[in-house]
Amino acid sequence: MSAASPLALRIEPGRILAWLLLFGGGLLMVTPLAFMFATSLKDSSEIYDLAFFPAHPTLGNYVTVLSDGRFLRWFANSFGIATAVTLSNVFFDSLVGYTLAKFQFRGRYLVFIAILSTLMIPTEMLVIPWYVMAKNFGWLDSYWGIMFPGMMTAFGTFLMKQFFETVPNDFLEAARIDGLNEFAIFWRIALPLVTPALSALAIFTFLSNWTAFIWPLIVTTSKELYTLPVGLTSFAVESQVQWELIMTGAALATLPTLTVFLLLQRYIVRGVVLAGLKG
Amino acid sequence: MRGLRGMLLGLMVSVGAIAGAKAQTVEIEYWQYVFDARVKAMNELIKRFEAANPNIKVKQTTFPYADYQTKIAAAMPAGQGPDVVQLFYGWLDNFVSAKFIQPLPRDAFPPAAIEKDFYPIVSAMKRDGEYYALPTAVRSLALFYNKKLFQEAGLDPNTPPKTVDELLDFAKKTTKRDGAGNMLSAGITLDFPGQDYHWWRETLLRQNGGAPYSDDNKTVTYNSEAGAKSLNWYADLQRTHKVGQVGFMDEGQAAFRAGRAAMTIDGSFRLGAFGGIKAFEWGVAELPASADGKKANFASYWVNAITTKPTGPKLEAAKKFLAFVTTPEAMQLWLETVGELPARKEAAETEKNLNHPIYGPFLKALNYSHATVFVDEMAQRQVSLDMINRVLLQNQDAKAALDEAAKAEQPILDRFYKK
Amino acid sequence: MNASSSRVDARSGARLSPGLSMRQKQVLWAWSFLAVPVLFYAVVRFYPTLEAFWIATTNWNLLTKPSFIGLANFKRLMADPVFWQVFRNTALYLLLGTPISLLLAFTIAYHLDRVRFLHGFIRALYFLPFLTTAAAMAWVWRWFYQPVPIGLFNNLLAGIGIAQQPFLRSTTQSLPAVLAPAIWAGLGFQVVIFMAGLRAIPTTYYEAARIDGVSNGTILRRITLPLLKPTIVFLVVFSSIGFLRIFDQVYNMTSQTSSDPGGPLNATKPLVLMIYQTAFSSFDMGYAAAQTVVLFLVLLVVSLLQLRLLKDR
Repeated sequence: MSAASPLALRIEPGRILAWLLLFGGGLLMVTPLAFMFATSLKDSSEIYDLAFFPAHPTLGNYVTVLSDGRFLRWFANSFGIATAVTLSNVFFDSLVGYTLAKFQFRGRYLVFIAILSTLMIPTEMLVIPWYVMAKNFGWLDSYWGIMFPGMMTAFGTFLMKQFFETVPNDFLEAARIDGLNEFAIFWRIALPLVTPALSALAIFTFLSNWTAFIWPLIVTTSKELYTLPVGLTSFAVESQVQWELIMTGAALATLPTLTVFLLLQRYIVRGVVLAGLKG
Repeated sequence: MRGLRGMLLGLMVSVGAIAGAKAQTVEIEYWQYVFDARVKAMNELIKRFEAANPNIKVKQTTFPYADYQTKIAAAMPAGQGPDVVQLFYGWLDNFVSAKFIQPLPRDAFPPAAIEKDFYPIVSAMKRDGEYYALPTAVRSLALFYNKKLFQEAGLDPNTPPKTVDELLDFAKKTTKRDGAGNMLSAGITLDFPGQDYHWWRETLLRQNGGAPYSDDNKTVTYNSEAGAKSLNWYADLQRTHKVGQVGFMDEGQAAFRAGRAAMTIDGSFRLGAFGGIKAFEWGVAELPASADGKKANFASYWVNAITTKPTGPKLEAAKKFLAFVTTPEAMQLWLETVGELPARKEAAETEKNLNHPIYGPFLKALNYSHATVFVDEMAQRQVSLDMINRVLLQNQDAKAALDEAAKAEQPILDRFYKK
Repeated sequence: MNASSSRVDARSGARLSPGLSMRQKQVLWAWSFLAVPVLFYAVVRFYPTLEAFWIATTNWNLLTKPSFIGLANFKRLMADPVFWQVFRNTALYLLLGTPISLLLAFTIAYHLDRVRFLHGFIRALYFLPFLTTAAAMAWVWRWFYQPVPIGLFNNLLAGIGIAQQPFLRSTTQSLPAVLAPAIWAGLGFQVVIFMAGLRAIPTTYYEAARIDGVSNGTILRRITLPLLKPTIVFLVVFSSIGFLRIFDQVYNMTSQTSSDPGGPLNATKPLVLMIYQTAFSSFDMGYAAAQTVVLFLVLLVVSLLQLRLLKDR
C-alpha cells in the first residue's frame, strides 16, 4: 500500500472514474463464472431465456450430475493426484534446492545447470517419449502413469534454492555442533525457515496439477482413472450438448479452487507472486 | 502300448480341461464407444449372457466417440484392451491391417450361414474369404419432424414431406426468426458432420444421378455435375433459403431435441435419445425422394469383432459372447433399447416391425440403402467437413469445393488400395 | 563416528583433518540427497529429450520397429500446408495474446495499485479466473459464442441491433474467439505480478519526482516502466510460452462429437494440437516428434530473442 500512498492522497474525479472502470472490469471478469453458476441452477426449459437469475432455482442438475458417482470419483482422482505430486515436489524440490544452496561439493554447479536446463524443454516434447516409457513399463492407464512426469520440477528446485540461500549458515552450523545429522538439519532447521516458499510452491504445484489436461488425457483410458478436467470433457460429450448439465459439471470442477481461494485469498496471492517472481 | 498312452494322455488333457474350466471364471473385456442407449443395451445383454454362462464374466469399458479409436490403438499394442471390440464398419480395414482383430473362427461363425441370414451389406466385413466382424444391428437414416412446430406453421402434423421440394417448402414455412432476422427455430437442421454428410453423399448425390465413388470404390467420382448440383441444393438451404444454419444450437440433434428445429435428418440410433423428449410429439418419415421419385439412403452399422488378444479359454469365451450378441434375441433387445434395426433379415422384417410407425421408415430404407466403403472414415469425414466449410464459410463455388475435396480424398484411397 | 575419527586424526597429528572428514561427510550427504532426484532427471527429463530427437528421425507407428529415415519428417513438415497454417496460427496466438494481455494487465495493475477502497475485493475479481480449470471454462465460453437463441454474446448483439456473429464457426473470428478465454484466465496472474513489481519500486523515487513537479505520464515513462523491466521481461517470456503452448481451450472449444478439432478449416489449430493429433490419433510418432522438435526450437528462439531485446534496451 505504501507505494501508492504518495499519489493517492487527493480524491480527484479522474480517480473515481478509474475506480468505477476497475470495478466494472472486475465484475466483467467474473461474468463467465457467474453465468456458469446461474445456469447450473436452471432447469432445461429455462436455459434459453436469458434472464441471469433462474426463475425457479433447482439443484436438480447437481443431483443428475453427481448421482452416477463418476464426478465424485474424478474429483477424488484429481485431488489425490494433485496432493501426491505436490507432496513429492515440496519434499524433493526443497531437498535438492537445499543441497545446491548449502553444500559445497564438486559437481554442484553442473547438477544445478543440468536441472535448470530442463526448464527449456517444453512438456509437449516429452509427451511422446513419456508415453512410450509408460507403455513399456505398463504405466499406461494408472495413477502412477499420470503422476510420474511431474514428481519433481526444475521450477520448484530453483525457487527453493533461491530461498535456502537466504537462510544464514550460522543456524545450520549451530545445529551441526549440536550433533544433528544433515537430514535432520534440513528437515528440522532449514525447512521451517522457508515456509512461505514452501506454501508458494505447494499452491502453485497443486493448482497446475489440478487443472492439468493434456497428459492425463493421453495416458488414461479407463473412465475410473480420469482426472476432473478430462472427465468433464468426456462428460460434456456424453451429455449431447445439454448446456445446463455441462455448466453444472464445469461449476463442480471450479467450485473447490474458488472456495479455497476465498478462504485463503491473501496466502494464495502472496504464494503465486512469490513463486512467479522468484521462480 | 501306444494306444494306452494316447488314451491316458487324452484322459489327462480332458480332466485338466474340465478342472481348469471349473476352477476359474474367465473374464473378458468388451469395449464400445459411449452412447447411452447402447451402453444400457449392452449391460442388459451382458447380464443375460453371464446368467447363461456363469463361468464367464464380461467387463464393459466405454469411451467418448472422439477418443475411441485412439484408445484402442493405444491399448492394443501394449497388450491391453478389449477381447471383443465394437467398431464402425468403416474402420474394418484399418483394424485388420493393424492386426487389432482376427478372422472370426469358422467353427463358430461359418461364412455360408452368415451370408444366408444377414442383410447383404454385411458382406463388407469379408476379406479374402474370411469374415472379420458381425453386426448386431444396422442403421439407416430417416427424417424426424416436430409435429408441434408443423402444426404451428399450419402444416398437417401427420403429413411429412415426401419429396425434396416439399422438404424445402415445409422448412421455409417452419423457420422462425426474430425481428433482426436471427434464427430462433430452424426449418431443418444443417449438421454436416452429424448425418448430413451421409445424406448428401448417398442420398442427394444419387438422387441427382451421381455416385460418390466408382464401383470398385477406388476412385472418387462425386466431383461431377450431379455433385455440384446436390451440394448447391444443400448449401442453399442456408445460403439462399436460410431455413437452417450450421452450428445452430451447436448440434442438429440438440436443436431438434430442444424443440428449436422442425426437421432433422438422423439415424435410427437417435431414437433412444429422442425418446426422452416430453415437450412435443415427433414423427419419423422416410427420407424425401427426389422430384422424379428416386429414393436412396445410407446404411451403416457397428460390428463386433474378436481382437488378436484372447487365446485359449478367453478366445472360447469371446466366441461365445460374440455369438450371443448376434442372436435374434439380442437383436430384438437392441432394437427396443437402442432403436437400431436387426442385422438378420428374418429378425428385422416381421410384420410388426415393418408396420411400426417409427421402425417402419428405417426398415423400408434398408432395401434401397448403400453402405459407403470407407478406408479411413475419420480422414474421409474430415475431407467432406472441410469441403462444406469452404462452401458455407468461405463462399467457395460448389464445383471448386468438390474438386478440392476429391483431390484430398483420392490420395487417401490410393494409399490404401496400393497396399 | 565423530569420536573415533577424531581419535584417528589426533594420532596422525593433522590439525585440519576433522574439518576434512566433515567435508567428506558433507559430500556424501549431498550426493545421497541428490541420488533419487538425479536419477529422476536423467530418466524422466534427459533421456526422453534425447529420445524425442531420435524418434523425430524415424518412421514409427508404435506397432512396428521404428525405421530411421533421417530428416524426411522435417522435409515432409516443410511441404505440409497444414503445418504452415498451424505455424501461422501459433504465431497469431503469441502475437495477439502476449501484447493484449500484458497491456491490459499493466493498465489494471497500474490503476488498481492506487486504489484503496475495496482493493482486495477488486483484486480478487481479477484473480479468480486464474484459478479456474481451462477445460471447464472453455465449455462456458463455447456456450457464450453460440448463435441466437442460446449464445450470450449473440443475444447481446441482437439486443442492440447488431447482426449476429459466427464466432467459432468462422475461419477469421474463431482464433480470437478461442484466444479470449486464454487471455481472460491468465490476466489475474499478470495483474498480481505487475502489482508486486510496482510495490517493489521505492517510494523515494516518486517523492523526488513529485517535488520536481513532474507529470504523471513522465513518471510512468521515466521511472515506473524502466524500473519495472525485470517484471515485464518475466511476464513477456512467461506468457509467450503459455500462448505458444495453447491447447486446452482449443481442444475443448472446437473438438468433440461432431466438430473438428482445430477447425473450422484448421483456422484455430495450434502446434500442440497438431502434435496431439499426429501422435495420438494417427499414431504417426516420428512425424509428431519432428513437430515437437520444431516447437522446442520456436520456444527457444522466442525466449532468447525476448530476453535479449528486453535486457538490452
